Amino acid sequence: MSNNTNLELTAYKIRKHAIDGVYSASSGHPGGSLSIADILSVLYFDEMNIDPKNPKDPSRDRFVLSKGHCAPALYGALAERGFIPTEDIKTFRRTDSYLQGHPDMKGTPGVEMSTGSLGQGICAANGMALAAKLDNKDYRVYAILGDGELEEGQVWEAAMFAAHYNLDNLCAFVDFNGLQIDGDITKVMNPTPIDKKFEAFNWNVIIIDAHNIEEIKNALKKAKETKGKPTVIIANSVKGKGVSYMENNAAWHGAAPKEDEYNQAIKELDAKIAELEAKVNG
Amino acid sequence: MADIKKIATRESYGAALAEFGEKYDIIVMDADLSKSTKTDTFKKKFPERFINCGIAEASMLSAAAGLATCGKIVFASSFAMFAAGRAFEQIRNSICYPKLNVKIGATHAGISVGEDGATHQCLEDIGIMRTLPNMVILNPADDTEAKAAVEAAIKHEGPVYLRFGRLAVPVLYDDTYKFELGKGVQLKEGNDVTLVATGLLVETALNAAELLKQEGINARVINIHTIKPIDKEIITKASLETGAIVTCEEHNVIGGLGSAVAEVLCENAPCALQRIGTQDVFGRSGKPNELFEIYGLTAEAIRDAAKKAIALKK
Repeated sequence: MSNNTNLELTAYKIRKHAIDGVYSASSGHPGGSLSIADILSVLYFDEMNIDPKNPKDPSRDRFVLSKGHCAPALYGALAERGFIPTEDIKTFRRTDSYLQGHPDMKGTPGVEMSTGSLGQGICAANGMALAAKLDNKDYRVYAILGDGELEEGQVWEAAMFAAHYNLDNLCAFVDFNGLQIDGDITKVMNPTPIDKKFEAFNWNVIIIDAHNIEEIKNALKKAKETKGKPTVIIANSVKGKGVSYMENNAAWHGAAPKEDEYNQAIKELDAKIAELEAKVNG
Repeated sequence: MADIKKIATRESYGAALAEFGEKYDIIVMDADLSKSTKTDTFKKKFPERFINCGIAEASMLSAAAGLATCGKIVFASSFAMFAAGRAFEQIRNSICYPKLNVKIGATHAGISVGEDGATHQCLEDIGIMRTLPNMVILNPADDTEAKAAVEAAIKHEGPVYLRFGRLAVPVLYDDTYKFELGKGVQLKEGNDVTLVATGLLVETALNAAELLKQEGINARVINIHTIKPIDKEIITKASLETGAIVTCEEHNVIGGLGSAVAEVLCENAPCALQRIGTQDVFGRSGKPNELFEIYGLTAEAIRDAAKKAIALKK
């Protein structure tokens, strides 16, 4: 029922939660969290069949954050969707918190897989999609991979597996923001061309703008319509999207903002949220 | 002794999967080694529940974790080297950390792999797996125990590492044998020294006890099929009652049964200890029996170690 402006608004709220979490913890990964916020918003508020009141419903859709370091954004989405209390985000990475530095499926409602070691989440998503096939269930499995994560050989084992078993109930996003910890992905270890690689592995490939709600929704629709093969949505994104000084800057891959930087980030995000709320309220 | 029935525990693994596949809703995965790991026995019977992952162990173990999150009991099979070794971190982060119901069927463990040589003779897997929280490690000694271990793994909620061998070994137990996870089994009474053995070295230890008997030494023999959680009680009791222990395993003495027993002893009841196993070296190609001689995994070596342990307690 959500319209695109609402989804964009939710994405900015997720971004704010992510920044709050990282700032409270004085550590974490803001850059890649900000770049996936729109995708998470569409998944959690438009696409997935999930129920915060019944998070273990066997027929639910599953989401695996294969790039587990972007937990701040996932927790933001889970808070907005009602899986966890919003105020808990401030406990992120603390010893008394269930919100671990990387997602922990045993401790956090709505987290489907413990991830953080790159390359493993997409394989686990394969297992979930295969389980649906074995049980003749129609739930779908979604995952988000980092573009740097594609340098892990295990990702390509997963790519083979998903195509081999015709996992058309699997849809993976690649957050193609072009930056990894050590810099430009094409300079560190070039995984491009990403689309041609997945095509060669017999996946259905869709390329979109990661910050365009309509494109995300359309891509998910096409993924659902595609039979016999898994879909990868290569989402061209801006690392640090929504916080001006973090945008396209690899330094913000895994660094927390200081107080003045935090204030600046919140100011920018609040302005955007106010603008979108005004639009929603017409 | 010549007519004793011999079966490799990998055969028992395949047979047990096929048998228990009727009773339990298990999924079996393999990484292109089903003819060797014997999971093909299951595949023939339940093709719809057999998943070949190709030569991609990391993918297999992580996908097994994903299947387990959906309520499946999954047996992921490969050689010990590639399961415990290559996919260690997948086992750690995707299986043990979330305590998922994945059973790792690791065949071709130990030096008895033989001719394939050092790259395939896994002598470190127990040590590696033992350091993982939530992991249970089963190392059966014969066909009967191997099958019982498979069923115990199915019934246990959480990760289990099962270690099987390529070499045909004598059947020690009959059908009346009751396998209890976490409980050692005393096979022979004795009060001069205790031989604590696991896997195919259990039979060797029994033979060593015979050799010791010829010299007037009464050796107790204990089979430790569950290396983790280890039976502290039976080991402590053996220490207090016999004062000397020899551990016997087809594994590096570092990290395996020898280390596990040493830990129990040091914390509960220290006694003289000798460790039979490979002495921190890689193996080589050869026939299993030749390799047992070269690496000191024989009844004679255990006998000599027992005498040394007895001398140390004085």
